Amino acid sequence: MNFFLEVLVGGLLSGVMYALVALGFVMIYKASGVFNFAQGAMVYLAALSVVGIMEWGAPLWLAVVLAFSIMTAFGIATEKFVLRKLVNQPPIALFMATIGLAFFIEGLAPMIFGSEPRALDLGIVDEPIPWILDNWNMVISKFDLVAAGVGAVLVATLALFFQFTRVGRALRAVADDHQAALSIGIPLQNIWAIVWGVAGFVALVAGMMWGARNGVQFALTFTALKALPVLILGGFTSVPGAIVGGLIIGASEKLAEIYIPPVMEGMFGGNFGGIEGWFPYVLALLFLLVRPEGLFGEKHIDRV
Amino acid sequence: MMKTFKPAVAAAAVSLAMLSQAAVSAEQFFPIPSFRVGPYGANGQSFYGGFIDYLNYVNMKEKGVNGVQMAYEECETEYNTAKGIECYERLKGKAADSAGPIHVMSTGISYALVDKSAQDKLPLTMMGYGRTDAVDGSVFPYAFPLVTTYQMQASAIIKFLRDKNAGSLEGKKIVYLYHDSAYGKEAIVALQAEASLNKFNLVLIPVAHPGNEQGAQWLKIRQEKPDFVVFWGWGVMNQTALKAAQKVGFPRDKMIGSWWTGSEEDVIPAGDAAKGYMAATWNVSGKKVPVIADIEKVVYGAGKGNLQDKDKIGTILYNRGVSAAVVSVEAIRKAQEKFGKGKPMNGTQVAWGLEHLDMTEARIKALGATDLLPEIKTSCSNHEGSGKVKIQQWDGAKWVPVTGWIEGNKALIHPLFQASAKQYAKEKGITPRDCSKEK
Amino acid sequence: MLYREAGQFKTTYAADQQLFPIRQDRIGLMLLAVAFFGVPLFASEYWFSAILIPFLIFALAALGLNILTGYAGQLSLGTAAFMAVGAYAAYNFQLRVEGIPILVSFICAGLTAAGVGILFGLPSLRIKGFYLAVATLAAQFFIVWCLTKFPWLSNHSSSGVISAQDVVILGFNFDTPVSKYLLVLAIVSVMALAAKNLVRSSTGRAWMAVRDMDVAASVIGIKLMPTKLLAFAVSSFYCGVAGALYAFCYLGSVEPDGFSLDMSFKILFMIIIGGVGSILGCFLGAAFILLLPIFLDYSLPAVAELFGLPFSNATVSHIQILMFGALIMFFLIVEPHGLARLWQIAKEKLRLWPFPH
Repeated sequence: MNFFLEVLVGGLLSGVMYALVALGFVMIYKASGVFNFAQGAMVYLAALSVVGIMEWGAPLWLAVVLAFSIMTAFGIATEKFVLRKLVNQPPIALFMATIGLAFFIEGLAPMIFGSEPRALDLGIVDEPIPWILDNWNMVISKFDLVAAGVGAVLVATLALFFQFTRVGRALRAVADDHQAALSIGIPLQNIWAIVWGVAGFVALVAGMMWGARNGVQFALTFTALKALPVLILGGFTSVPGAIVGGLIIGASEKLAEIYIPPVMEGMFGGNFGGIEGWFPYVLALLFLLVRPEGLFGEKHIDRV
Repeated sequence: MMKTFKPAVAAAAVSLAMLSQAAVSAEQFFPIPSFRVGPYGANGQSFYGGFIDYLNYVNMKEKGVNGVQMAYEECETEYNTAKGIECYERLKGKAADSAGPIHVMSTGISYALVDKSAQDKLPLTMMGYGRTDAVDGSVFPYAFPLVTTYQMQASAIIKFLRDKNAGSLEGKKIVYLYHDSAYGKEAIVALQAEASLNKFNLVLIPVAHPGNEQGAQWLKIRQEKPDFVVFWGWGVMNQTALKAAQKVGFPRDKMIGSWWTGSEEDVIPAGDAAKGYMAATWNVSGKKVPVIADIEKVVYGAGKGNLQDKDKIGTILYNRGVSAAVVSVEAIRKAQEKFGKGKPMNGTQVAWGLEHLDMTEARIKALGATDLLPEIKTSCSNHEGSGKVKIQQWDGAKWVPVTGWIEGNKALIHPLFQASAKQYAKEKGITPRDCSKEK
Repeated sequence: MLYREAGQFKTTYAADQQLFPIRQDRIGLMLLAVAFFGVPLFASEYWFSAILIPFLIFALAALGLNILTGYAGQLSLGTAAFMAVGAYAAYNFQLRVEGIPILVSFICAGLTAAGVGILFGLPSLRIKGFYLAVATLAAQFFIVWCLTKFPWLSNHSSSGVISAQDVVILGFNFDTPVSKYLLVLAIVSVMALAAKNLVRSSTGRAWMAVRDMDVAASVIGIKLMPTKLLAFAVSSFYCGVAGALYAFCYLGSVEPDGFSLDMSFKILFMIIIGGVGSILGCFLGAAFILLLPIFLDYSLPAVAELFGLPFSNATVSHIQILMFGALIMFFLIVEPHGLARLWQIAKEKLRLWPFPH
């Protein structure tokens, strides 16, 4: 039971890390209907900017500020030079353009900052909390707790931003209906630029957490793959969906990795570990069969 | 449809132009399908940097091998099999008259090239990766898993652990944590054989690619409470494992990695979590090795170095690249002794050279490569030639060798290769050479 | 002037319904066929092994995906996995069925892939759009994992890598690049023509109706389930055969990890750059995606030298990736409907030339 709880809690905490990446997807999809496959690459670019700038001698806070300006500038440039020219194209063309964007970043970022993997030290050690370990014999990592806190603060900030600021309200209006928003005088293109800036900020937070956890390197782009099942589970358009989806995916994939392979080994013999690659997707798929729009997604109604 | 053709014709013209340039005599051509971008790009930059620097070093310091200059061309594979094949085919055209050993540094690409290179009579070297049953040269005349293979390495690691444990592993529990691909799976047979021989418990825990999330695996390890973890990771999986080990409080000095988990690139991003971690290697790090120091002086002194970032000189992977080049050049030297000094050697001749390597301690010292390579003596029936590794430990700033050469259990492992090679020969309809007649 | 159908009268329905109704197209196609079959006379081995064979195989896989995505409107990111099914199925049929002809193996491989495709197509009845795309990723990862985990599928090879058997048809061993090329060319031509026919049949029209709006399609009496599942089956069949050819005629030995998500994306690129919902587009897209990196490979160092830029090797490689991404975006902006559309526009212009008004 103790072990079960340990896996469960570990999974939930990992889930927060997935949700951090998934949030970036949600931001952009919500406001502009673009499925931004470059989010993983943006996470990489953001983390690499931070360590790259620190290598040039800047302190952490300055590096973060500069990285944020880089991400914002990059987001605005993307909107201006790529997406604006693709307005009214089918969603698949936009999706494709973001894959192109991902390649672009994957070439550009290491060219500027170098490609060797580096450590990012945020001053939080990724080790078990002794008190919990001694009393309950459970491993709960300090770092994961901090990450969960960061996730919570990020979501709260975003929620407040959406709910109570002028820009946030405009964003929601655009997300609801572009045409209608345009007709009441909301400047669509500015809004999109802001969304890309916010997505860049989310990528920066995710990049720093993931980078501190596994090292800043190219593999950060793979974090996108962890976020996709979270997205379909939670719904493409829902911020709380990303968080809840992340928690479900994180916990279930860890539990599955521990408890399913032994069952399969009993059935077929051999070794069946390493199911984390596909399990979240199959889970999300099964879930979709029940609710095709995800947990919190908007219900899609077809009209002929 | 005309559209397909235009770029095709243009590219053909370009490739023809390139072909005519390469036809210069008294040059030994090295086709180098390298990778410098993508998830493993940093590893490739160090390895191929070292490889190319040594080739240039031979040219500058010794005016080539008996006057034959080393020439090379690179092609970016991105560690992708299909692109690797394209590169191989592209470089092959220039390697008809003279061909140095081909190093692809990817198990996937080398698997796909084993047959092709034999058909084209080009020597394929797989130093510490690739198709391991190619140790049996009677079935694989053009493939050379030089120095040591995954299986021999696993066996050597077990031997190291046994010695550390006062000569017996009976009743101990060892977890094998591996990248769930051909690379990680190769060593399983060897570990299973060792487990039944040494009576230890082997627990297999695979990690799905890319391995950037190992929470479940490490909690399982924590539950299993193994005495040691033998670790076969690649890329981001390495740093993640070290961090995750720290997270569950597993002592790092009970983790022993393969040689693809033991470079600076693998441990530095993990920070303090990597301290005490051990890994196998066949070359030491640092610039103390005479030839490395000399490369820095001669090649970089003249501003012809291949590395952008000079700090990488002397890293594990850089030195490994140099060691690969040392062996390659030595094979060419050997071939020239037999087929004519001062001439470029073709693929068959170089393969002969690789098959008759005899690098003794003294020879290695004469090359200035002490500690870069174990003694190597290859033959038709043994394309591995050594099977020895050292164990090194990360002290937080550099890799420190903690043992001398450890040889894997050849009597246990090599029959596995022969059986596998035999099956391959049967499947493919290859008639094995008779090694007793080869001289 | 040259490209004008004026004066070509159709006197029968058969003539009106032929695949290539314009005489110039037919002549062009003949010339092209001759060119492709005549290529062996002058192309080098590099061209066969590294460009033409993969070009044809990827074009076939793109064709499969285009049937699903371009005609039936179901976005899929699991193409490579269906290719893997085909490759492993063909290997196992050859290995386990005594004396089975290789072409029959290829067909069986396609059918196996089709079966798996139907299975993973089932969710499409409920899920749409990007949700479906991400759901097909389940197929991508699950299939590759299965191939790694059931050693029976790779004949218990310790590494999970299979090496394809020799390709022998009627006693003739296709072992040289040229012969392999011709075999692949023949198979791909037949299947491409079949696809071209299929998409203008009632099945194809039903697919397009479903693509444009599935609710509307069901209202006019198209049964959604069989139509969508058939699209998955046919598409996977094409991908399966492409996978078998990939293993047997191109790489020779494959491992499950080789059929990665990257490969699926690459094939998706091909149909989007080439043209969604166009048979010709598959070929144009495959050529573009395969040749672009090679072209950059050759041209970038030359350009760098020309301007005396101090590029290191790593920088050149990075610029290649960067340019690849930038060019994809560029092409999408210039022509979001793909190269096939450009060709169509060119055709329109040609008809009017030299008097455009």
